[in-house]
Amino acid sequence: MTNNTSSAAIDLNALKRKDKQEFSKLVSVHSDKIYRLALKMLANTQDAEDVMQETFIKAYNNIEGFEGRSKITTWLYRIAMNETLMLIRKRKGLITNIDAGIEMDDGDIVPKQIVDWCCLPEKELMTSETRQIINQAIDTLSDANRAAFLLRDVEGLSTREAAEVLEISESALKVRLMRARLALREELTQYFSDKMPRKVP
Amino acid sequence: MKHPHDSQCQEILKDLNDYIDGDLDSDLCNVLESHLESCSDCQIVLKTLEKTIEICQQDCESIILPAEMRQRLFNRLGLEEDANQNR
Repeated sequence: MTNNTSSAAIDLNALKRKDKQEFSKLVSVHSDKIYRLALKMLANTQDAEDVMQETFIKAYNNIEGFEGRSKITTWLYRIAMNETLMLIRKRKGLITNIDAGIEMDDGDIVPKQIVDWCCLPEKELMTSETRQIINQAIDTLSDANRAAFLLRDVEGLSTREAAEVLEISESALKVRLMRARLALREELTQYFSDKMPRKVP
Repeated sequence: MKHPHDSQCQEILKDLNDYIDGDLDSDLCNVLESHLESCSDCQIVLKTLEKTIEICQQDCESIILPAEMRQRLFNRLGLEEDANQNR
């Protein structure tokens, strides 16, 4: 998991003084995470790089406005997610309005396929083909559900922090997370079912 | 396959997220675990759900910022990276 223990070492007062060395430390500690989040949200390396750069430029320019009520990591994720969602809306040709919220999707997902593929050997669970399937499955999630899943399960934010980043209630976050997890499970079950040894009649 | 029809399984499903995250209160935890003991379908959903999260995490965590992109970031920000900094 990627819970940050290192952000405690960042001196907020130095950041607010625009101390370049301290800001460099902030970038060093957080750039991998911000890039990963943007890449998994956008599925495009150039867009992910743009979002990452804009995130740190905005963080540098607006650090005086950071009140320290949340962790600085959460604040950075919030900037990155706003940049990401703006880019998604531009791609879709929608008006760029961050307050409009991200689209919600279908109703609850009921598990359809009940196959225990956990018994497959680890080497079969992590092939390059599997990685491709995982990526496709994550890309297929709605933006809202993908964001919840990435913040909570990949970046390791708490429910409260992830909800704060997305500016939604904790209960809404939980609903999105559950939908994402179940949808991913369904996709992987579909894929791994074909790898299961056939029962001899 | 009884899931789409079984109301108890549907109820359990609602709590599965909190159960996985360790956020479910002890009473509901007991109800869920007692259901799991008698329902192999829900056991499989739980196991495969946990495994799904685990392998998606593994896949995503393997992503690191490419060195040339990292350099461009520092250049764009007008910063120099200290090689001794903790990443």
